Amino acid sequence: MGGGNPLWRFVGVRPTALFFFVYLYLPIIVLLVLSFNENRTATIWTTFSTQWYAVVLDNDNIMRAARNSVIVATSATIIATILATLAALGMARARFRGQDAISATIAMPLVVPEIVTAVATLLFFVLIGLKLGLLTVFLAHTVFCIPFAYLPIRARLEGMDPALPEAAADLYANEWQAFRRVILPLLWPGVASGAMLAFIISLDDFVITYFVAGAGATTLPVYIFGMIRIGITPEVNAISALMLLVSILFVSLSYLVGRLRR
Amino acid sequence: MRHRGLLAAVMAAALVVGAGSAAAKELFLYNWSNYFPPELLKKFEADTGITVTLDVYDSNETMLAKLQAGAAGYDIVVPSDYIIPSMIQEGLLEQIDTSKMANFKNIAAPHNAPPYDEARGYTAPYMWGTTGFTYDSARVPGGKLEESWKEFFEPREELKGQIAALNDEVEVYNAAARYLGVDVCTESGDDGQKVLALLEKQKPYLAMYQSDGTIDRMIAGEVIMHHQWNGASHRTKEKLPTAVYVYPKEGTAFWADNFAVPKGAPNIENAKVFINWMLDPKNIAEASNFTGYMNAVKGSEAYLDAALKDDPAVNMPAAYAERLRPAKSCGTAAREMRDKVWTRLKK
Amino acid sequence: MPMGWFRRSKTHRQMALIGPAVLFLAVLMLIPIVLMGYVSFLERGEFGGVRWSDHTVDAYVAFLFERDFDGSLQLNTDYLQIFLRSFWLSIGTTVLTLLVGFPTAFYMALQPPRYRNLLIFLVTIPFWTNLLVRNYAWILLLRNGGLIDSALAWLGLTDAPISVLYTPFAVAIGLSYSYLPFMVLPIYASLEKLDFRLVEAAFDLGADRRRALARVIIPLAAPGIAAGCILVFIPSLGAYVTPELLGGGKSLMIGSLIQNQFGAARNWPFGAALAFALLGIVLLAIVIYLLRFRRSPGEMT
Repeated sequence: MGGGNPLWRFVGVRPTALFFFVYLYLPIIVLLVLSFNENRTATIWTTFSTQWYAVVLDNDNIMRAARNSVIVATSATIIATILATLAALGMARARFRGQDAISATIAMPLVVPEIVTAVATLLFFVLIGLKLGLLTVFLAHTVFCIPFAYLPIRARLEGMDPALPEAAADLYANEWQAFRRVILPLLWPGVASGAMLAFIISLDDFVITYFVAGAGATTLPVYIFGMIRIGITPEVNAISALMLLVSILFVSLSYLVGRLRR
Repeated sequence: MRHRGLLAAVMAAALVVGAGSAAAKELFLYNWSNYFPPELLKKFEADTGITVTLDVYDSNETMLAKLQAGAAGYDIVVPSDYIIPSMIQEGLLEQIDTSKMANFKNIAAPHNAPPYDEARGYTAPYMWGTTGFTYDSARVPGGKLEESWKEFFEPREELKGQIAALNDEVEVYNAAARYLGVDVCTESGDDGQKVLALLEKQKPYLAMYQSDGTIDRMIAGEVIMHHQWNGASHRTKEKLPTAVYVYPKEGTAFWADNFAVPKGAPNIENAKVFINWMLDPKNIAEASNFTGYMNAVKGSEAYLDAALKDDPAVNMPAAYAERLRPAKSCGTAAREMRDKVWTRLKK
Repeated sequence: MPMGWFRRSKTHRQMALIGPAVLFLAVLMLIPIVLMGYVSFLERGEFGGVRWSDHTVDAYVAFLFERDFDGSLQLNTDYLQIFLRSFWLSIGTTVLTLLVGFPTAFYMALQPPRYRNLLIFLVTIPFWTNLLVRNYAWILLLRNGGLIDSALAWLGLTDAPISVLYTPFAVAIGLSYSYLPFMVLPIYASLEKLDFRLVEAAFDLGADRRRALARVIIPLAAPGIAAGCILVFIPSLGAYVTPELLGGGKSLMIGSLIQNQFGAARNWPFGAALAFALLGIVLLAIVIYLLRFRRSPGEMT
């Protein structure tokens, strides 16, 4: 960075950042290590073993919960991302009355505390007589996925040159083509990161799911919560490690996609 | 992600969701976490050809709220005694006439006619147990404590900060009320005040209120005494032989979890098959061996693990029978009193 | 043809694009919240649930007043105390997060551009793991005889168990850990645009470190700091899982209190009223934020 970097002038900054990353990764490393612990009591290390991964993969209930999580996260991500992309396009350079109200509506799931959303949604489903199940979980997840998908797409649109779509529209004379050939490719990194964010947020949700899930709709976080209540077992460590692996895979994918598209 | 891949995923999702409602040979079981052996489910599936889907909950009230929110599609739930009268009165349960089932004859007295469902029209017994406390005899002064709630509510100074209570409004309140000789369903303000005073005096001596991981906490030596369910105490003892389970003489909570069928359950007949199957001595014994709790079926003793049979925490000595206090279903005013005490204790 | 209408005017087209998302959120978010407001004015059912035909303001009265054990109506500060405790805990969490998050964001913004993306990547990875799992890892780390306790004892720094788990401090650690990226990323985003030649210029003109921070860096980072604080503060206030798992249950937090009304207490109207009070506090925080920083709520990150 040459002489323009004043980092050396701020003494505590580098150690704090270092501390930050240790703080960030310490729990993750502990989990990974203990997932390979042979001992049933999670806190006492005996020898290296992969048996807990076998136990997890052999447990039908865990696999069913994992499948539910993936189904819900996938479908909620698709719908939320489509809705969010459309809304972001509509809001781009929007200048009309009620615009703030619409922004506020979209941001609502971010600012309303989770427990409030969970209870309110449960009451709503009760009232309209919708049977609790995977469908209600999917609907509730789509709601809170929308703002997470919306924010990166909106940010990407904000950074775009407004003249581009207009020039494209003139060239192609057909707005759909202009959208497909010009705007969408440019928007893609925003859409991709929005979808990734939505997917993982959905995969992570416990509180709302716990309230609105019905028969057969147990997701992985709900299952893990039940396991943790009993006590700490190496199975939980192994599930966590597997989930971490999936997450890292997803993040790396989005990172690579982002790089390739640039 | 390519569009075709996404489409395939959505279709797969739709298929899985759709398939759930199409097949008839299935059963949706909604049970407490870690309260049913997975092998036994496999055995049931092999015996009857009925596929079981298991979901879990962590409190009676969670389960109740779900049912109040409209059946939710479960075929079998496992409510505890005290909550059953409310469920019956509110019309949340399907009448299944357990007393007419082939294996009803196996149920041992008094479980064949419990106060919360005397005719056994709605429920069938699963596990029963007690709530007392466990202590590590190697770490208490003199190696032995009195069999009284006094040791828990007004503990010795040496144990300060080494005691854990269950984070359970009903269990903590009822135990305190019994120690004081107060009716657990009291609606009198004075009684409420007395219970609160006792709990507030006890609080500084407690390390925590926590219902999760009680077994680990005792084994790891984090605390010396733990308010505990007897089955958990049994599993503690497997790893910590010096653990002792106490049936407090002022009254030990005696509870029973029961199978019941929610109103409008999609597979009522399969639920009945399941319940009758579970009243078979051999099957229920396998469940006891897994959970560490006693069942109510005659003849199951023959199939129980020796460790379970020999543990006084599980196989209660007859002398303690008079200390047991069955759960009561309290009215709204009493529940409000209890909740007020609990909130004020933790404000 | 819908496409014809679609082209007719810019506003129509915008409405058609925005419509589906807003409709979806209005039906599945706005209506439930309004419904919950309605429930808070209903009579509780005898066994839980509500009686839809009976209206009362009992739930709100109960928040501030109570029939004492002798039956007289008195001011009751129990719930206010619980709200205040959660409030302070959330403030504490936010401050803790800011103390660690700001220098980190600053450090990141001062790295060469090619490292920055990698650092963002590193900050987000733990965020992508399950919330329960993260909390659970902290149980393993913080418990007596756990990793931190043993390490400190081995180094000879402590001679008694640290006894951190099941205290409010453990909850603050757990919460701030959960929301760290919400703090770091907005601050980083605002610092990234900072021209550090300005900072150098300030030093050349004789400013010391503190003044450079106070006059140049912090004002520029302020929108990011504010957004980060809001994004950490709000979820901390309503948090339910972390206090349950790490808190030891000796004192109630708002989240557990609300959960309890739908659980053991079986008092749905009161639970709804508490949830509404919580929502009120959150909205207040956001209004303050908006008045101070004048950006639309949709652009908070």
